[in-house]
Amino acid sequence: MMAAGRERLAARLNACSAKGRLALVVYITCGYPSPEATVQVCRALAAVGVDAIELGVPFSDPLADGPTIQRSSALALRHGVTVRTCLEMARQVRAEVGPEVGVLFMSYWNPLFQYGFERFLQDAAASGADGFILPDMPLEELCALVPLAEAEGLAIVPLLAPNTPLERARLVRHMAPPFVYVTTRLGVTGARADLPQALRQVLAMLRPVVEAPLAVGFGISRREHVRALWGYADAAVVGSALLDRLGSGGDPAEAAAAFCRELLDGCTKA
Amino acid sequence: MSIRETSRVRPSLFGAAGWPYPDEHGRYGPYGGRYVPEALYPALVELEEAFSEAVEDPAFRQELQALLETYAGRPTPIYRTQRLSSSGAQLWLKREDLLHTGAHKINNALGQGLLAKRMGKKRLVAETGAGQHGVATATVAALLGMECVVYMGSVDMRRQEPNVRRMRLLGAEVRPVETGSATLKEAVSEAIRDWLSNLGSTHYLLGSALGPHPYPWIVREFQAVIGREARAQFLQRVGALPTAVVACVGGGSNAIGLFHAFLSDAVELVGVEAGGRGVKTGKHAARFSDPERGRVGVLHGCYSYVLQDQDGQIMNTHSVSAGLDYPAVGPEHAYLREIGRAQYTYVTDEEAIAALKELARLEGIICALESAHAVAAALRLAASMGRDEHVLVGLSGRGDKDLETLSAAAEGQ
Repeated sequence: MMAAGRERLAARLNACSAKGRLALVVYITCGYPSPEATVQVCRALAAVGVDAIELGVPFSDPLADGPTIQRSSALALRHGVTVRTCLEMARQVRAEVGPEVGVLFMSYWNPLFQYGFERFLQDAAASGADGFILPDMPLEELCALVPLAEAEGLAIVPLLAPNTPLERARLVRHMAPPFVYVTTRLGVTGARADLPQALRQVLAMLRPVVEAPLAVGFGISRREHVRALWGYADAAVVGSALLDRLGSGGDPAEAAAAFCRELLDGCTKA
Repeated sequence: MSIRETSRVRPSLFGAAGWPYPDEHGRYGPYGGRYVPEALYPALVELEEAFSEAVEDPAFRQELQALLETYAGRPTPIYRTQRLSSSGAQLWLKREDLLHTGAHKINNALGQGLLAKRMGKKRLVAETGAGQHGVATATVAALLGMECVVYMGSVDMRRQEPNVRRMRLLGAEVRPVETGSATLKEAVSEAIRDWLSNLGSTHYLLGSALGPHPYPWIVREFQAVIGREARAQFLQRVGALPTAVVACVGGGSNAIGLFHAFLSDAVELVGVEAGGRGVKTGKHAARFSDPERGRVGVLHGCYSYVLQDQDGQIMNTHSVSAGLDYPAVGPEHAYLREIGRAQYTYVTDEEAIAALKELARLEGIICALESAHAVAAALRLAASMGRDEHVLVGLSGRGDKDLETLSAAAEGQ
């Protein structure tokens, strides 16, 4: 069955590759630094040419996240952001960014489980989202969610780590993902000075196994990091470094646009 | 989240033979599992394999047994109270408080420490609430010559200050955790994040029967020595089994360790959660007794009962005892409750403090505030029974660490 969200995301990544550039995927926490900022930030991100936006559903105990996303999540929760709010934000974001930009949800399992996962998928599809990423859901369990996701036309974007055995990485084929999210390192999210040495080797080994474009994230915070992925990855994912700029006190939309222009420059071969 | 079929019985160190949980998916009925970031998954598989091998290795079992006897001080006695509970059922205490480091936590710390050494790890990280598990881990790290980092909520560091000093004296680094409620929940998150960032060198020595598979299984196996000993001692001293076995339940490691040997006996199993300031106030850690806030969900990689709000955000808990101050309960307890094999009740801060004082005055035993919850519930239960009946209580730890908290509670009244 054709999944509409999957097709949209795949088309966007293909278009980037046809233009000879890396795709830029960014993560923001819904409601950070304020609930009003989210839609404005996304409008700015789309305007500068960001390819896909991950809308993070805040969770009280984000196990895979470093200090930046822990803080952004805690603040969003203090602002009263819920799954329902995030769905409404997604609807507004879709209206603002148009049909071409990818919109995905990123959420730990518990908030979606409490909301009711099937209900969430229906509402996410209705909001215009293309798919979802569940950072604490193991690949085996994700495979079991494929029929539910397909029924709503939503893409599942699985996460792989540098220590994922290749045999296990093969499981992502069951999801026919528009892209696979590969983490640069063992550890949590957060901006870092350098990319690990072994990353290119990891990507080269994964590529023939997963049969989907590779998006690389965790610790990517500069134009040079993005540029270093050239020839090895298909997309760069930037989260914490963007949130650091959103939260720095200036106009969040302007800060986001300025930073992503810089990153997009890194996406095009120098 | 369906109940899965079970394919084989796992090897057991001290546990009940024939109990088929966890199943091959790491579940106890629907509970348990491994809801973790992908990078942890291979590490959990490696740990599961290493543990399965170790359990079957006579040399490993011997080394652990020798340390439990000569270093930790096993077996611990069962003691029949003389003046406490002078009417109603006879009360027996399984004296884990007499162990080296002062609580049952050393059983599991020694087991996992040896396992970590066997896996070639050089560094141990742990979380701690009351500090008892942190002290046990720091002790084992010193014994085995390993580096040790203990994560502890800054609130807990203040209320369990003597244990912070003990850990530092033992050579461990105690890292304060300031996020959220700054108690056990956040300490677990930070310890997992540290492990995730240092998988090659580090073993995460989780102290309770919670978290992702295989931890609830490993911790149960290392704690099952409590129940196995107690059951044999009971048969020898009394010539019969107790009517009921009672233990406090935070994550639930001492309770699962005590219960397991009695699973196939006609013995009531009673777990006692922290009622804090009363279940209606919302300031408690009674996951099973508050249907509004205690619902199934996922925290720290495990599907079980979790205190949470309507949106699935994990709630801050309250208990006078730092060791019970955790919003999720171990998955095997959730299953034992579901199948009706164990019952769970709660005891408030006030009742626990009263039981601690009564045990001190009438028996000369100062127990931990955690264990005092079990004592309070056992007293309640014993009062409804005849003199020819027996109640066995898990006295999981000693109370030296709680003197400060007790004085503060007395001033607050």
